[in-house]
Amino acid sequence: MPVIRQSGTKIWQRRSTKAQLAVWFGWLLGVAIFVYCWQLISEKTIWFFVMDAPAQAADMAERMVPPKWSYMEQLWGPVWDTINIATLGTLIAIVIAVPVAFCAARNTTPSRTLVRPVALFIIVSSRSINSLIWALMLVTLIGPGVLAGVIAIGLRSIGFCAKLLYEAIEEIDQSQVEAIVATGAARSQQLSFGIVPQILPAFAGISVFRWDINIRESTVLGLVGAGGIGLQLDASISTLTWTQVSLILIVILATVIVSEWVSARVRHAII
Amino acid sequence: MTKTPAIRRWKRPPFITNPTLRWGLWVGAAIYLAVAFGTMEIDWSRVFEGATRGQRFIASFFPPDFSSRWDSIQDGILESMWMTITSTVIGIILSVPVGLGAARNLSWRPVYLFCRGVLAVSRTFPEIILAIFFVKLFGFGPFAGFLALSVGTIGFYGKLLAEDIESMDPVPAEAIKSVGAGWLQWLNYSVQPQVMPRMIGLGIYRLDINFRESAVVGIVGGGGIGATLLTSFDRYEFDSAAAILLIIIAIVMALEYTSGYIREWVQ
Repeated sequence: MPVIRQSGTKIWQRRSTKAQLAVWFGWLLGVAIFVYCWQLISEKTIWFFVMDAPAQAADMAERMVPPKWSYMEQLWGPVWDTINIATLGTLIAIVIAVPVAFCAARNTTPSRTLVRPVALFIIVSSRSINSLIWALMLVTLIGPGVLAGVIAIGLRSIGFCAKLLYEAIEEIDQSQVEAIVATGAARSQQLSFGIVPQILPAFAGISVFRWDINIRESTVLGLVGAGGIGLQLDASISTLTWTQVSLILIVILATVIVSEWVSARVRHAII
Repeated sequence: MTKTPAIRRWKRPPFITNPTLRWGLWVGAAIYLAVAFGTMEIDWSRVFEGATRGQRFIASFFPPDFSSRWDSIQDGILESMWMTITSTVIGIILSVPVGLGAARNLSWRPVYLFCRGVLAVSRTFPEIILAIFFVKLFGFGPFAGFLALSVGTIGFYGKLLAEDIESMDPVPAEAIKSVGAGWLQWLNYSVQPQVMPRMIGLGIYRLDINFRESAVVGIVGGGGIGATLLTSFDRYEFDSAAAILLIIIAIVMALEYTSGYIREWVQ
């Protein structure tokens, strides 16, 4: 325990002098990096507009109320599309993520040197590209519309689902699998009787959790033309119909809250 | 003559034990899928056209062209990084008081409700929607993106911090209180050491998320690499786009690797 002596009395300290210095140096470095970054951002900012922002915000808020409730009739379709994008995208992701996860988990992969790195690469590349960028690519490829959104959400979710699932597979209780092996089960039987029942709750939880995230993400895919309520949002902002914008925001808020509630309920029931 | 008993076969127990719920879910899923596919408007001719064009499209990604747009790529990547760092720092600093207020075992009821409300609102809207509004309010450029990411960080980090504090071990907290520590000392010596390891890990994880998000806020004018990426897509310069995507993937992989390493080191 670090103790310093000050005129004969021992005083307890949390860190030794050396560690304290290292901590201070770390803070100094961190603050320096932050100030440098901040300065660079500040250079690129037109501060006049920032000063003006409160007035702008008040103006915008004033134009946004009251929400144009009659516009709701035209919004049911896009909301339905948004939910479809999230749900079908999650389905696609799950179908692809399951084999990828089994290939990526250390205890089930067919080959550690050959298959596992490929599976891990699929996971990382799917996770590191935002669904909006996937959508951007797919819209150029297969044209604007719901399908591009579904595939974009699907591609983006593979990595997330597969990563959590393969971690669940690696954490299973190996003794149960051994018991199945001892009965003379084939490899596929080991999988379906030894491993699958153990990861099923995790699997259901992951799917519902990702579906919840996907609802949120699919609300913005329309900005690049991939269907859903984002299309209406983009159109309303471009035409400066702020009363419609506020209604759309309320609808998004409601959808997200409902989906979060559903997902929390389902996960609570499983675990 | 006695009846031979029927052979009993073992059946694995179903995942959902309630049969009505189980079959109801299957039927519901089937109906939903039928309706969803029925109402989805897909222009299949356009899709097939895309499939044939896809080969050319993918071919035009190779080889990635790092050189011809290098200046703007470099600008965008650096801007994304500045935004990532500043927004993570500011977001975490702001989220600490909110998180403390939103922990049920620390704050009193009205503060708790207020802070939970702040967290709920800042978590609901995707960063990109926040960015649209901040661009309208504060003008184009990285400042709007920075704000959007900061707000997103507050929602994410504050909620996890609050949950972590709520699930902490109350015994050390009581011990510190019993030696006569003030509120700040109490926070510093009992709460902070308990939540710190996990929060450092989560902070780095959020840095990771913010970098990924900073790559897209540019699409709506919030600064960063997204603007460069969108321009290269719009101009059909797919080789430059491929270069940008590869750089993003490389940075994210590097971040993920470092974050895993740091988290292991902290714990």
